[in-house]
Amino acid sequence: MPSLPGVGYSEEINKIEIQLESLKGRKDSAGAAWKTVQLARRQDRPLALDYIKHTFPDFAELHGDRLRGDDPAIVGGMATFDGRTIMIVGQQKGHDLKERQFRNFGMPRPEGYRKAQRLALLAQKFQMPVVTLVDTPGAFPGAEAEEGGQAGAISRTLRVFARLSVPTVAVVIGEGGSGGALALALCDRVYMLENAIYSVSTPEACSAILWRDAGQASQAAEALRLTAVDLYRLGVIDLVIPEPRMGAHKHHRATAKVVARQVEAGLREIEAVSPEERLRARRRKFLAMGMLAPADTKL
Amino acid sequence: MNQPVTVQITSKEPPVSEAMPESLEPRCSECHASLTREQLKAALEVCPHCGHHFPLNAVERVAQLADPGTWREVGGDLQPSDPLDFYDSRAYVDRLAEAQLETGLSEAMLAGVCRLGGRRVALGVMDFRFLGGSMGSVVGERFSQLVAAAIDEAVPLVVVTASGGARMQEGILSLMQMAKTVVALDMLADHSLPFISVLTHPTTGGVLASFATLADVMLAEPGALLLFAGPRVIEQTTREKLPPGFGRSESSLVHGQIDLVVQRRDLKRQIAQLLALLEGGVRCDIEPIRPDSEVVPRGSGSLAQAVARAKKLALTSRGWLFGRDQQDRDPT
Repeated sequence: MPSLPGVGYSEEINKIEIQLESLKGRKDSAGAAWKTVQLARRQDRPLALDYIKHTFPDFAELHGDRLRGDDPAIVGGMATFDGRTIMIVGQQKGHDLKERQFRNFGMPRPEGYRKAQRLALLAQKFQMPVVTLVDTPGAFPGAEAEEGGQAGAISRTLRVFARLSVPTVAVVIGEGGSGGALALALCDRVYMLENAIYSVSTPEACSAILWRDAGQASQAAEALRLTAVDLYRLGVIDLVIPEPRMGAHKHHRATAKVVARQVEAGLREIEAVSPEERLRARRRKFLAMGMLAPADTKL
Repeated sequence: MNQPVTVQITSKEPPVSEAMPESLEPRCSECHASLTREQLKAALEVCPHCGHHFPLNAVERVAQLADPGTWREVGGDLQPSDPLDFYDSRAYVDRLAEAQLETGLSEAMLAGVCRLGGRRVALGVMDFRFLGGSMGSVVGERFSQLVAAAIDEAVPLVVVTASGGARMQEGILSLMQMAKTVVALDMLADHSLPFISVLTHPTTGGVLASFATLADVMLAEPGALLLFAGPRVIEQTTREKLPPGFGRSESSLVHGQIDLVVQRRDLKRQIAQLLALLEGGVRCDIEPIRPDSEVVPRGSGSLAQAVARAKKLALTSRGWLFGRDQQDRDPT
């Protein structure tokens, strides 16, 4: 890969695409999607705080939503990156049971989403780009979270990110689970690690709903098309970031380095356009999402 | 959106005329009072005995809200597709075809421009019968086209929701409709056009977590289930039995999540009134009323005098409050 990002960037994308084509052959075999799900959920995979540790030595964490509390499932703060300050917001699952319980397994509550909004608006005030690291099974489905306005917290986070005047890049680093993940992924660029997943619901929930049997999760995983390659094909993400051999969990530092390089290149690209054009492009991108039948077709 | 089919509303569905012979005397699923089809229709599909609100389909809803003869459909030619080639126990295309046949609708949202109480509005109405009112690509696109129509004609947006959440069979593209509707609303906000959402039973998952909760004013019908995750998912996660009424409109009102719970018979009038107020803020030529005697000209009198005047004012206003309070408590 070129040492100077921005130079030969499209070439790099081409290379990755070729790589993906070769991966595709391997992934079409039975159960491949389910294997990816399991990889994406590995406890020893690098998590948001690992990327932060390896990439941003001067990271200053910020806490709290200024209304109710501080959600440990969402971490955020400022750091110097590529010569300027950026804001990082990510979901943190935890490496061991103790941390996982503390982080609520990366399932944010309304205060977590409000913290994300607060940090995004703070970033806008001081013209810092925002980088999000997506890794959650979904928003927390608890009674208190519901009464605290979970749905509205997510929709308002989406609105904040839709309007943000600063450049935004999202990286799905592990599990991108439903609306809880999307809340941090309405960004100018959405990248995904090779073994990450991103879907409308967990395969387990999908199988419980459609097959009426949670045991069909692997079949549901296949049907949902939730791998990075699938999403790239569907036009939902902009780039698949390849992981080191054997997967990201074997090489935290190397994975963080590759992610940092892509984010750096992506931010430079987006920063080159005016805020107005950036907003227009972001709107165009998300308004174009979806697939309709050609006009005049009847089922 | 992860809820396993949040609500079984089949038992609560109003007796369908063609399937239900008139002689069978249908009963209200809540209070078990016997009802005739005509009674129910006359009461806008609300039980006249217990006030239980039966679900309305999109066509009935439009008929209740739109002024007769003013409806012009938007995005009616959009047809769903099967982007993932999705197949569970049945093929998605078969499910779609069946839903279209059963409902007579092309998708889970009906959109159009019409008059509501004489006022022009862009009106979107969801239909829970169509695959649980789930939001797929067509719902997202129709919503965006409806917003575009609202902007085009400079009219407010009103959307009545009823949805189980995302359209699972369209996978990630369904999730992206949340982002799409939010971005569309952002453009509506650019034009300062009001948006009122009416949440009906049930509104859950991705619809609640996107456009439905971004309205300027949020109304709900009584007893509507309004949750991000379904009650079953919550019970499985927390291993606690949920109290009765959990996640219903009345509870959402108490928790500050919606503005008003509105009876169906008042809905049209309430929407029209709110729109009139929301749009009435532009003209503001009425002078605010100030009691002339209390206006202290700058520099007149001493500080002590001003303090005395302020004290007097505070005392009189407090006295007035006390007086009224006592009157309220003691009607004699």
